[in-house]
Amino acid sequence: MKVWTLHLALLAVLFTAQFWLSPYHATNLARIMVLAVFAMGYNLAFGYTGLLSLGHALLLAAGMYAAGLPAQLWGWTAGPALIAGLAGGGLMAAALGLLALRTAGVSFMIVTLMFAQAGFLTLLYFAPITGGDDGFAVAAASRTLLGFDLSTDTPRFLAALTIFAAGLLASLVLVRSSFGRTMVAMRENEERSRMLGYNPFTVKLAALTISGLYAGAAGAAYAILFGYVGASFATIQYSILPMLYVLMGGAGTTLGPFLGALLMFVLIEAATGVTTAHQFIVGAALVVLILFAPKGLLGTLRERWVRWLP
Amino acid sequence: MTRGLLHPTRRGLLMAGGAGFLTAALPGYVGAQAAPIKIGFQLHRTGIGAAYGRWYERTAQAALKAINDAGGIAGRPVEILFEDDATDPKRGSEVVDKLTQSDGCDLVMGTLFSHVVMGSAPRAGELKVPYLVCSEGYHVASGALNRWTLQPGITDVRAQISTMAPWVAANLGKKVTMVFPDYAFGHDHRDFFTAAIQAQGGEVVAQIAVPPTETSFTRYFPQIPAETEVLYHVMVGPAVLTFVKELGEFYGTGAKPALFGFIDSLEAVDTATPGLEFLEGSHFWEAHPRVKAADAGEHEGHYRTAVGVDDNGASVSDAKDVSTYSHMFSTWETLYFIKQAMEASGYSGPGDRQKLVEAMEATTDLPYGIERPQGAKRFNGKTHQVFGSQHISQVQGGRLVKVHTTTIDEGLYEDAVDYTTMSF
Repeated sequence: MKVWTLHLALLAVLFTAQFWLSPYHATNLARIMVLAVFAMGYNLAFGYTGLLSLGHALLLAAGMYAAGLPAQLWGWTAGPALIAGLAGGGLMAAALGLLALRTAGVSFMIVTLMFAQAGFLTLLYFAPITGGDDGFAVAAASRTLLGFDLSTDTPRFLAALTIFAAGLLASLVLVRSSFGRTMVAMRENEERSRMLGYNPFTVKLAALTISGLYAGAAGAAYAILFGYVGASFATIQYSILPMLYVLMGGAGTTLGPFLGALLMFVLIEAATGVTTAHQFIVGAALVVLILFAPKGLLGTLRERWVRWLP
Repeated sequence: MTRGLLHPTRRGLLMAGGAGFLTAALPGYVGAQAAPIKIGFQLHRTGIGAAYGRWYERTAQAALKAINDAGGIAGRPVEILFEDDATDPKRGSEVVDKLTQSDGCDLVMGTLFSHVVMGSAPRAGELKVPYLVCSEGYHVASGALNRWTLQPGITDVRAQISTMAPWVAANLGKKVTMVFPDYAFGHDHRDFFTAAIQAQGGEVVAQIAVPPTETSFTRYFPQIPAETEVLYHVMVGPAVLTFVKELGEFYGTGAKPALFGFIDSLEAVDTATPGLEFLEGSHFWEAHPRVKAADAGEHEGHYRTAVGVDDNGASVSDAKDVSTYSHMFSTWETLYFIKQAMEASGYSGPGDRQKLVEAMEATTDLPYGIERPQGAKRFNGKTHQVFGSQHISQVQGGRLVKVHTTTIDEGLYEDAVDYTTMSF
């Protein structure tokens, strides 16, 4: 009960935020919620299942292009484009998993990194279609959903919140289900899980595919809500970012990805106002975090005080 | 009876009252005089564009000082707020947001890298804020962006490339092999130069696309056909030094084709750098000759002094700190373009942004002067793109020496879009 109350309260606060935040901060919160969906997906793979991927940028980009290209080429509207993005991320993750999950540990990191790099170069290679590194702006006509113009503040905020809420509640249900516990079992002791009758390959493949659905939804949401699709989202930077969000907020906690994305965004905003060496401040903050709260903020909180935190 | 604060004289009261009225009126007067025009500058301070960003900031600061020293814009002082976009499109759109909504800037300018422009322009369109890029990409004139995005300070890459073909065909040769990075920047060169050289009766005999992750180029050189008369190269980034060195090793002291490149390869790089000797005698496109030309215009010296650049195109305080001379003038000229349009439209605040864009669209001829040290320009209000003359320089004794200047007309092409028919 406490768990559901906490999550629903967060969603309620986020809903009201559009009324008491300035338009600038409300738009940033919409961005953070989209990034948090990406990070939640990463958390399911890394935080719960122990799959340390360096290739999630591929899944984000898969969703982004699966939504953006039909909009660009055939004038799809936001609804079908978002669904296509969700499917694009999931299918790409399943394909990646079928190949990459034959490895584990450091090899898995390298193989996922390699596939993501191949994906990035593929986007550049097919530049006449994908727009290459420049990318393309999504047409206004493709940014409407049920008659609402998603390029305007309120519909965009509500769309981001809806996707975030669906992702958050689904992840909460998932990690508290028997399958969620199986995911954690894979993280904690794969051999023992195998001995108990679970097939690690199928469990990890399912977890990675679900993670891909999240990444795909986030990529599609970014394309439709913020109107840009580009190959920079397929670069290594976007594989590292969700990892940082998750590490900062707390790996293996349902709310950690959102907290990490929020704090990282706020940290960058604050640091750029103070110094031109803002990346140093962000780096220093991460070092401090790793030194004093290696399980992330919510991970540490759960370990020491709030043991019921999912 | 003693007089003090509690028992003032009538004269004292009148004086105090008068002073009070004056003081009360003062903020309004000061406010009217001092309310600055705030220009947001989307700066590549970090990331791949940092070398450009450093010089864009210096040049913009110099133009800002010159404009403020001359009375500002319509009598109002001007401020620039620089914000780092990390040369990243996602951060770029956030920066446009921050500068506009949080910092209250009147407009946003300064972006160089095309992908950051593409990522940021949609947000500028949503916020209905003028977004003036200094990018040279063909994204504005191609019609890919929106009514709020303009490029008034630098000729786009399509015009730049097209103007090079007649001179290359007439002076270096007609059989050209192109070596270019396999992404948008290289593809622009591939497509526009191939068409332009064909129009001159020449041909591209081979197109060698090099993946952007490549660090060694030796295996690509055997693909250069023996009949090649001109090798057109536009490699950029740190790999350019390796590229030139390996090209030199490939040809050795034997016969080699004439080399023609774009200075983008060597912006912020000293042409006398060890390893670049193979470029001796080769030619480069330059928008603005880095080494002060013998026939440089009357404002060239003043511009260099203001920005802090010596006659070789390096910082006056550090001869090794070579500028991005062929691009950075765009920030200077864009600021003067803003000044001209704001004064022409009677701009008074963000409520006049649409009027400001309309005044920009109505601009045509931009004559040579301290406002445009690179040269005269012609602005096309329909395509939101400016056109100017280009230069070709030759490496002589490790220095770039200007040998040719094109006309504005040579760079013109048919309009691909009419932004003035789009709604705001």
